Amino acid sequence: MTSINVRVDGASYSDDVEPRTLLVHYLRETLGKVGTVVGCDTSNCGACTVHLDGEAVKSCTVFAVQADGSEITTIEGIAGGDGALHPVQKAFHEMHGLQCGYCTPGMIMASIDLLKENPSPSETEIREGIEGNLCRCTGYQNIVRAVQQAAGEMSGATGGQA
Amino acid sequence: MTVTEDAAAVAPAKEVGQPRRRKEDARLITGRTTWTDNMVLPGMLHLAVVRSPVAHARITAVDVSAAQQAPNVVAVFTGRDLAEEQGSIPCAWPVTPDMVNPGHPSIAVDQVNHVGEAVAIVVGRSKAAATDAVELVDVDYDLLPPVLDLEEAVADGSGLVHDQLASNTSYHFVFDAGDAGTGADTEQAFADAEVVVSRRFVQQRLIPAFMEPRSVVVQPQGENYTMWSATQVPHVLRVMAAMVTGIPEHKLRVIAPDVGGGFGGKLQVNPEEILCLLLARRLGKPVKWTETRSESLMAAHHGRGQVQFIDIASDRQGNVKGLRVRLLADMGAYLRLITPGVPALGAFMFPGIYKFPAYRFECDGVFTNKVPTDAYRGAGRPEATFAVERIMDELAVELGMDPLELRRKNWIQADEFPFTTVAGLEYDSGDYEQATREALELLGYDELRAEQKRRRESGDPVQLGIGFSTFTEMCGLAPSRVLGSLSYGAGGWESASIRMLPTGKVEVVTGSTPHGQGHETAWSQLVADQLGVPFEDVEVLHGDTAISPRGMDTYGSRSLVVGGTAVVKAAEKVVAKARKVAAHLLEASEDDLEFADGKFAVRGTPGATVGIQEIALAVFAAHNYPEDIEPSIDAEATFDPVNFSFPHGTHLCAMEVDTDTGMVKIRKYACVDDVGTIVNPLIVEGQIHGGLAQGIAQALYEEAVYDADGNLTTGSFVDYLVPTAADLPHFDTATTVHAAPGNPIGAKGVGEAGCIASTPAVVNAALDAVRHLGVSDILMPLTPERVWRAIRTGGDGGARATAGTNAYGGAQTESTAGVATPASELGGDR
Repeated sequence: MTSINVRVDGASYSDDVEPRTLLVHYLRETLGKVGTVVGCDTSNCGACTVHLDGEAVKSCTVFAVQADGSEITTIEGIAGGDGALHPVQKAFHEMHGLQCGYCTPGMIMASIDLLKENPSPSETEIREGIEGNLCRCTGYQNIVRAVQQAAGEMSGATGGQA
Repeated sequence: MTVTEDAAAVAPAKEVGQPRRRKEDARLITGRTTWTDNMVLPGMLHLAVVRSPVAHARITAVDVSAAQQAPNVVAVFTGRDLAEEQGSIPCAWPVTPDMVNPGHPSIAVDQVNHVGEAVAIVVGRSKAAATDAVELVDVDYDLLPPVLDLEEAVADGSGLVHDQLASNTSYHFVFDAGDAGTGADTEQAFADAEVVVSRRFVQQRLIPAFMEPRSVVVQPQGENYTMWSATQVPHVLRVMAAMVTGIPEHKLRVIAPDVGGGFGGKLQVNPEEILCLLLARRLGKPVKWTETRSESLMAAHHGRGQVQFIDIASDRQGNVKGLRVRLLADMGAYLRLITPGVPALGAFMFPGIYKFPAYRFECDGVFTNKVPTDAYRGAGRPEATFAVERIMDELAVELGMDPLELRRKNWIQADEFPFTTVAGLEYDSGDYEQATREALELLGYDELRAEQKRRRESGDPVQLGIGFSTFTEMCGLAPSRVLGSLSYGAGGWESASIRMLPTGKVEVVTGSTPHGQGHETAWSQLVADQLGVPFEDVEVLHGDTAISPRGMDTYGSRSLVVGGTAVVKAAEKVVAKARKVAAHLLEASEDDLEFADGKFAVRGTPGATVGIQEIALAVFAAHNYPEDIEPSIDAEATFDPVNFSFPHGTHLCAMEVDTDTGMVKIRKYACVDDVGTIVNPLIVEGQIHGGLAQGIAQALYEEAVYDADGNLTTGSFVDYLVPTAADLPHFDTATTVHAAPGNPIGAKGVGEAGCIASTPAVVNAALDAVRHLGVSDILMPLTPERVWRAIRTGGDGGARATAGTNAYGGAQTESTAGVATPASELGGDR
């Protein structure tokens, strides 16, 4: 067992973990952060995407011990303290960017990271930017619209439409 | 009671038709979800399944002693341990009286019949402990040659999947329109025909690949059991699980919490669900099983898997005269819930929208050493639509006709509805010409045809093609009597109830269990209109057999058509009950009351009104109500449709094919669908999008590939190509509306339309681009290699990859090495 200290969604945690424990399993099983989900075992689907020190990572490809000393943000930690939705969360709702919702936490976390890197992406840049996240329900069109809408809102302009 | 001023208030807008944002989203976008795998119960044990690495073998020994000694392992069970109590996974659809069902153990006892079949189960204190010990279970297999190829499986001298059976054929299902009295003699039609075109099409195996892996938790409480499962069908599962395990139905509660997609893949009574029940009963402890993605792709049921022999007859002018269909349908190793019924359901859709005077359908259900097939989005109808839309193009080529003109010449005209087809179905409503006209405009058809001509003339290495799919489908499953006539083991009704709470809020209980379709939102819209209450005042309850005791769940584009109608009927009963109370409170005759916008008003007496939400409080208090009624306005309804509904549409795909590399790229995709009355356009558009993605993926990307030894070589998302955002185009979608006459909502169903229609449009487009190069078919999925090879060498592009490579066949695991089959010696089974 190895001792780690992490901050997750603004709270501090100290735990002993097996060195082989994946970050996603630590988040779900030890911390009860079950908003982050597991969709595959080959790091293809991106459902488990979280932010590790501000960067989007697939939390199934990070060992919990690698996160020692880090700041982690999950889907449960992006809304404002007053419960106000993050613009990307709001845009997914507004543009119907989800159906079953299983990919949604990862998709939202990846989209936030994409918009940080590129605040006004083209449709192609969005499609390529979220290529690491699989959705089986939406055909992605409304996810693209949602990211465009969020980009518009976050840059202060009126919402973009696909 | 309050008597309000008769304010000239503007009537609230109707909810039906509004693009309401979904209620479901609040929890899904914030991670406050209840997926089954989130569940943690005190003392819960974790299961890990030891699965067969070989496709076909006798089990000669299972040694679990090392696994039992592993740290934090509580118990290990083999098939032998559970043989007496496991029963058989049920098959609810014996499509013929003499259908052969070999039985389907949840865990193999003496023999394994596909890779991934359960052979032992490790129970651990943690998932990790159980998974670690899986490696320690030692199973000896006496290998048998696998049966993998459908055509070889039915040939004389084939090896047998189940050696106690006489053949690999489970059933032979025939629908003959001549015999049924719905059409002319098919053999005669072909004998008399001026033109006959025959083709062999292949529907590759697909994997539903819902994003949430399957997960089951079972909690024993005395002699009662609660099962949480990532299922589409908690109600069906409860009945079936009770029958399989002997747990009395009233002692078993099944809950489908948030469920992450299904697409038919969770329309099942899974072996693992039964095993969880058996082990929770054995151990007296809560148990959990959650699959990995690799397990899911390997062991959850697959879809499609047909070889289709299609013959079409016509005269020289292009008037179709007959259609003959012979299918080999891959059952896999066992029959699961509706395995045999999927191709049989498709039997009625092969004639599509065309007026064939004669039609004959024959299907052999064939066992192979692969995981069973079962429902996958469309279930029978995509296969049928593909075949008819492909053969219409082939006939057009044969006749030298424009493929659209050929379709137009033969399709049912708008003024001919309702139209009884050669398959005996009564198509309800629609206008194929209108949908086609609008789709052509949406695509920009004329400009693209002009560009195609330019590219053709200039010998551009990138050629352009346009593909059509003018389709219909049968939805709203299903009239119970029709299901009975097809020997299905249950009905097709749906149930709903409405509970009026004292504060005026409304609980709607539906038997249709959603997993992404937005029932909570759409049902709220229906009830808001019916009862005149605010959308926000409605809560929709579902997916728990203790809360929603009666239901048939969600599949076959049935939820709104059948389940939504049950909700509307229940609301009508609530209003009827409330009317009696209103008359009493307003001291008026029932006949003098009008109900609008949630209020009863006395005709001709301004100001005398009472709201239905106030009546809910009045009957709760029950101080003052009519003597001849019970103090409740709650109601329930069960709706059993008398006919299917028939969405239709025209899908057009413009495809670029790079003849140098074989790469295909969808240039533009346009479709106009008629799904009847639209309750929520946002949800309808989303369903179309998602269906298109899956239908296009069948055409271009997805295939469950087995090698010559029966190993699934597309066993992870690295190899099984669920498309990403970058793999799919923008979709131009639109709708026409011809209300369904068979239900008061007017809805036809939308869940499967995009998936059913799109596949042939895409393939027809690719062929249209390269047909002048001598290509007349390319196997799906249209990989660059297949397209390139078809262009270079003619033929259909051949098997998935070059002989000797992993995807083609010949790949062997250590345990299968040395088991030679004719196919493996050739380097592949495909």
